[in-house]
Amino acid sequence: MWLTRPFSERSTLIFLGVLLAALLLVTALHLAVPRGHPLHVTAYTVNLLGKYLSYALLAVAVDLVWGYLGILSLGHGAFFALGGYAMGMYLMRQIGDRGVYGHPELPDFMVFLNWDSLPWYWLGFDMAGFALLMVLLAPGALALVFGFLAFRSRVTGVYLSIITQALTFALMLAFFRNEMGFGGNNGLTDFRDILGFSLRSDATRLGLFLATGVALALGYVLCRAIVASKLGRVCVATRDAEARTRFLGYRVERVQLFVFVVSAMLAGVAGALYVPQVGIINPSEFSPIFSIEIVLWVALGGRATLYGAVIGALLVNYAKTVFTGVMPDAWLFALGALFVLVTVFLPRGVAGLLGYRVKRLKRRRQDEEDTPTAGREATA
Amino acid sequence: MNFLTSLADRDRVFDFLVPAQSPVDVRHGPILYLEDVTVSFDGFKAINALNLTIDDGELRCIIGPNGAGKTTMMDIITGKTRPDAGKVWFGSRHDLLAMNEPEIASLGIGRKFQKPTVFEALSVFENLELAMAADKRILPTLTARLSGAVRDRIDEVLETIGLAELRSRPAGILSHGQKQWLEIGMLLMQCPRLLLVDEPVAGMTEQEMERTAELLTGLAGKQSVVVVEHDMGFVRSIARQVTVLHQGSVLAEGSMDQVASDPKVIEVYLGAEAEEEVG
Ligand SMILES: Nc1ncnc2c1ncn2[C@@H]1O[C@H](COP(=O)(O)OP(=O)(O)OP(=O)(O)O)[C@@H](O)[C@H]1O
Ligand SMILES: [Mg+2]
Repeated sequence: MWLTRPFSERSTLIFLGVLLAALLLVTALHLAVPRGHPLHVTAYTVNLLGKYLSYALLAVAVDLVWGYLGILSLGHGAFFALGGYAMGMYLMRQIGDRGVYGHPELPDFMVFLNWDSLPWYWLGFDMAGFALLMVLLAPGALALVFGFLAFRSRVTGVYLSIITQALTFALMLAFFRNEMGFGGNNGLTDFRDILGFSLRSDATRLGLFLATGVALALGYVLCRAIVASKLGRVCVATRDAEARTRFLGYRVERVQLFVFVVSAMLAGVAGALYVPQVGIINPSEFSPIFSIEIVLWVALGGRATLYGAVIGALLVNYAKTVFTGVMPDAWLFALGALFVLVTVFLPRGVAGLLGYRVKRLKRRRQDEEDTPTAGREATA
Repeated sequence: MNFLTSLADRDRVFDFLVPAQSPVDVRHGPILYLEDVTVSFDGFKAINALNLTIDDGELRCIIGPNGAGKTTMMDIITGKTRPDAGKVWFGSRHDLLAMNEPEIASLGIGRKFQKPTVFEALSVFENLELAMAADKRILPTLTARLSGAVRDRIDEVLETIGLAELRSRPAGILSHGQKQWLEIGMLLMQCPRLLLVDEPVAGMTEQEMERTAELLTGLAGKQSVVVVEHDMGFVRSIARQVTVLHQGSVLAEGSMDQVASDPKVIEVYLGAEAEEEVG
């Protein structure tokens, strides 16, 4: 079965083991160690880590298309945000009549705008199942339409990157407008419950953190399964020699479309897990800069490894939290400097550093296997 | 579930065991037919009213000076370049001008490029795996498994092209000649009805050239082969029919000796070489 193939790979098992251990450790330190003890992990930190994990899932989604398929999407923030908005709409509907205006059905911002009924596209979002479906379908549909047009006309490389930026920018402008019905520049916020659990309780936060960890694990395994399949090798072939792949009879644009849509859906799930943890979704998630930042995480962590994307997302966002606490204005400069340093000294990212020793060992073993045969060929 | 998997499995082995059942119809004539094909790039006619017919099972060599349009001709047959005018038929049933690259490839036309392009990040084995004739749609590719039969077939081709020892190394480390071989191997994996081979021996040693000649002549009969080559010694060693291309159209056609003694050919092409040899 192609989906279970990753479980026979050592690297995947190591990744899952480390992730599981980290989730358990944080849970134990949060629940079992008394408050005030230096080892206690606060609910605030659990929440923060949950946010990082959702970023990590987003980074894995970007690495799938960029690392393996060579599509540098600078618009993945849009898919993340759409997933986030779908979740936000569900959370808004869960507020019920507890809003400031106490309207039984309409979210506060609609009452404020003097709307008298829910727009049609808000219908169904009071049901968790429907909202979950939209978390996948909204980004998936956008990726399908966008990808269909772009890949069919063979738009790749820099041009594709630029139009993905334009896409997310256009969506940002659209979502800023009050008439769109998504809360304008304030976005959606003041959430109360998720699935009946209060978002303000520590237990819910821990639950969301763990759910995000599980989603990251599942997303990772799914991506690994794609990458380790024959289709994954077709992706790499497309990345390195697109025309050649076509002559072998593969419909390159369909491969691109398929992987792009899967990636967009994963980004949507990441956004949906992010929103209840930060308590707000607004159009700033569509900002072109954010999409570029995601790509930087992947580049720093190491492209085309998947685990590198996770490492990059965690490291950069941790650094960002620390840095913005000390010198908020300098963060973008620090990020830029970090990026330059890594591309110069670690062209294959942090993962390249990790993989280096393993590769060297493997190579030595392989060379020992190959040399006698090479000798034989030379004498033949 | 098990039932489904076994069904899918059996299908795949089946697919593979029937060597590329190309639907091409050659009962009423040639396998490849080009008529009055013209292509111009910015006003320059790279192919000019070209007529060419290749019979089923034939091994044809195409020679001609640099820029004669040999590669462009292959681009047209494989759907990479669209001609301005003319007809291109594969058998009597398939109008190649109405199809795109993957469709043409899956009809059974395989191509080796002038500049060898292998997938450098993938291993030699994986390069052959991707090239193999198989259902190349998304889901079958995603769920494909390496069956024993597939593995055997890849091993067989690895032996044929002499790269068995390097099977798990990335193709990027191969020498130029080895990449040419891998390209030929990839072509063989597709079990095509018609092979278009652009300069297969560039960068090869004498011995490698001999093996390539053996390989290509061995293929003819079962498959039709069109070889573009500059190396006259090599062409002489494999060719039965030679076509000389010049300025985008056919200058002469016949056996190697016939074309070699044709004064027009000597003037534009062999002359230059003969002079070199003399000088
Ligand atoms: N895409 C293109 N755009 C413009 N001109 C082109 C293009 N492709 C080929 N040409 C021109 O068409 C002519 C024929 O080129 P082609 O590559 O087919 O020659 P060839 O016979 O394969 O030569 P060689 O022996 O050097 O490989 C050349 O003059 C080339 O410059
Ligand atoms: Mg050429």
